Amino acid sequence: MTALDSAAEAPADEAEAGRIVREARARGEKLDIVGGGTRLGLGRPAEGARRLSTSRLAGVVFHEPAEMTLRVKAGTPLAVVEAALAAHGQTLPFEPIDHRALYGGAGEPTVGGLVATNASGPRRISAGAARDSLIGLRLVNGRGEAIESGGRVMKNVAGLDLVKLNCGALGTLGLVTEATFKLLPRPQSEATILLRRLDDEAGLAAMTRALASPYGVSGAAWIGPDMGREFSRTILRVEGFPDSVDYRAERLIALNADLGARHALSGEDSQRLWRAVRDAEFLAEPPNRAIWRVSLAPSKAPRFVARLGADALAHFFDWGGGLVWLASEPTEGAAVRLRAALAPLGGHATLIRAPDALRARVDVFEPLNPALASLTRRVKASFDPDGLFNFGRMFAGM
Amino acid sequence: MPEIAFPPVDASILAGRDAILSGLAAILPREALIADVAGRRGFETDALTAYRRLPLAVVLPRSTEEIARVMKFCRDSNVNIVPRGAGTSLSGGAIPQEDAIVLGLGKMSRILEINLADRYARVEAGVTNLAISEAVAPDGFFYAPDPSSQLACTIGGNIAMNAGGAHCLKYGVTANNVLGVRLVTIDGEIVDVGGPELAAGGLDLLGLICGSEGQLGVVAEATVRLLRAGEGARPVLFGFDRVEDASRCVAAIIGAGIVPVAIEYMDRLAIEICENFAQAGYPLDVEAMLIVEVEGGEEEMAAELAKITAVAKAHDVRTIRESMSAMESAQIWKGRKSAFGATGRVADYICMDGVVPTGRLPEALGRTGEICAAYGLRVANVFHAGDGNMHPLILYDVNDAAERRKAEDAGADVLRMCVELGGALTGEHGVGIEKRDLMRRQFTDADLAQQMRVRAAFDPRWRLNPAKVFPLDARAA
Repeated sequence: MTALDSAAEAPADEAEAGRIVREARARGEKLDIVGGGTRLGLGRPAEGARRLSTSRLAGVVFHEPAEMTLRVKAGTPLAVVEAALAAHGQTLPFEPIDHRALYGGAGEPTVGGLVATNASGPRRISAGAARDSLIGLRLVNGRGEAIESGGRVMKNVAGLDLVKLNCGALGTLGLVTEATFKLLPRPQSEATILLRRLDDEAGLAAMTRALASPYGVSGAAWIGPDMGREFSRTILRVEGFPDSVDYRAERLIALNADLGARHALSGEDSQRLWRAVRDAEFLAEPPNRAIWRVSLAPSKAPRFVARLGADALAHFFDWGGGLVWLASEPTEGAAVRLRAALAPLGGHATLIRAPDALRARVDVFEPLNPALASLTRRVKASFDPDGLFNFGRMFAGM
Repeated sequence: MPEIAFPPVDASILAGRDAILSGLAAILPREALIADVAGRRGFETDALTAYRRLPLAVVLPRSTEEIARVMKFCRDSNVNIVPRGAGTSLSGGAIPQEDAIVLGLGKMSRILEINLADRYARVEAGVTNLAISEAVAPDGFFYAPDPSSQLACTIGGNIAMNAGGAHCLKYGVTANNVLGVRLVTIDGEIVDVGGPELAAGGLDLLGLICGSEGQLGVVAEATVRLLRAGEGARPVLFGFDRVEDASRCVAAIIGAGIVPVAIEYMDRLAIEICENFAQAGYPLDVEAMLIVEVEGGEEEMAAELAKITAVAKAHDVRTIRESMSAMESAQIWKGRKSAFGATGRVADYICMDGVVPTGRLPEALGRTGEICAAYGLRVANVFHAGDGNMHPLILYDVNDAAERRKAEDAGADVLRMCVELGGALTGEHGVGIEKRDLMRRQFTDADLAQQMRVRAAFDPRWRLNPAKVFPLDARAA
């Protein structure tokens, strides 16, 4: 039975969630956690017998604009959160990727899905990942117990940090019910500097130079030719107060005058381009291609792509080269060759989009060495002794 | 609150001391093992000096492989291990017991790789925090977390406690700036978690290891993020006649959408102590002072300062002093960062580390003053106001046992108050032995049991830094 035609439970609170989990545990029934259903394509295919939905765990618990903190229930649509923050000139710092560009589908992304996937965008290089802004969470573990970790303050080192551990765990450790974030002021202004017609190696060099400058670059991407323009684009973003943005944009243009840098975009045009980078829109079509997200030391990015040869059908860089987005044929052979090409360089490759059958057969996440696999298995068991939650979504057999 | 307790010493470990020593001698070079009393004395306490216990032995490995051998030996011989960096923990995180060996990382102090193109450094765990920034400063880079003890404290200790510092308001704490660690498990396995890349695969074990107080494994090496420093940086002093104005000003700056690099708070007593020590040019005629640092180009700094000054004026700021030179800036920060040391020259003190939501700072400061006054004790407040991380220094006389108890009781009351206000027991110093028995104030039994099961996933027999973090009776329960 696949997840989609199985029965769904939608608890209204933690107590009910706890009861459902305990009953499932008693019956030996596995549970697949779903929020808005927009990120189900990430990870290995669901194997559970029953769905556990966060749809009734919704709503902002508090937003303290003067403290720059927000606590929200897991099933809350991200659009609701963004609107509440925008009303106070604030935003989630990490530009969460919206996976709908790659997966299609009509659902609404939720906070729970964002936490489960550590959904982070271009601003990762300056403001951190989702896990860096997540300061507290509540979850129901595989024993049906409600657990809290972290809190609502910016700094908190009391006890083990189970917050980051659950961020990006794809719901394999428990049902996250609430998340607390630290926020940033929404940038009042932004500017994007454009360098045209650089190959990926030259683009990387330009990004590296910009990121070694003191001008606070908050986005650095290289977009290949034939992705929206016939020429390649290396783009650098600065954000902040308008005067400061103008000043730093000028400095960056001067720094890259030898490469023909020019101020290209600001305001909504700039935002639209960075959304496209964030969501990997350039690779969305054709829809049958496999999509990979590879994190590695930036200087190795061009070499990695070169090693792939014809297997790299299209690619672009985010995070100043530290993130390679890449399209390949949706075949086992291409997957094996990609991991082999990455291995000597070091880094992590995640198969973001592929047909279920392929994601069931190949490693979706970077395979673990035996020591890490054993730690992962034991940590999973410490939350979820019977492997109820999202079994097999991250790694086969756990 | 009773004096901090130590669990009974494991007599079977003590009885086997000779065999343990000869076993360690067999796997380590002679100079890596300290067995004599005089040598061990140097490792019996850390910066929580009121408590001390002589360890069974001290080992000072010089390589990851030596750490692995020690770990495996201790696991097989059932010996407790207390990892130690520079011993600057204020919460007793490195205090051993008679049935434990201290595993000191002091000899592992090499910077292994600096990669400016990829913006990371790979270092051994015993490298000091400041040494990393110093190594890359000529190229305009720095390592962001900057605890006050950064001259002495090690990156290994920083990871264990998830250390912060004055500048983490903008740049985050240790967990946000460490990319990878080489961890030696209790089984002696060497595991790389993370690496130079910004996103790791699988569970975020790195996030778990940061702040785990040496209970999950021993960090032998770390890969840390290097950031490019801004064009310039400038601290500005804002003096206030009233404590409430200063603390409300903090929330108002942040509420206005401004995130300076640092907002530090000092009250009258802290200003006086630090000024006497560092001649930083602090105003002596105010009740409270904020050090606000901005960075960027000249015009950018001026513009941001204008915004901050407007907020401060709305909160009746009395004196404003902008640093006019790099030397003056250095003096201003020297005064702030030497606060703990300078206070130690005036009186004995215990340093609390509670956190409150920034909106509750005025109330928290008021109640801290009331709590200490009720015990008849003086308190100096010097802390990271921008993130609500308070550091009341409660002054007492170490030779007066009754007064020491009073100070500890007052400290515990302050921390309870922080939790009540929606905050946390500790923002950057860690739980150690000091706050172990207050953990139930912040966590339910189910929360603690979950943490302990995660701990046991790494160290099933609780050999690593036992008797820290969790209430002593929690494990049995």
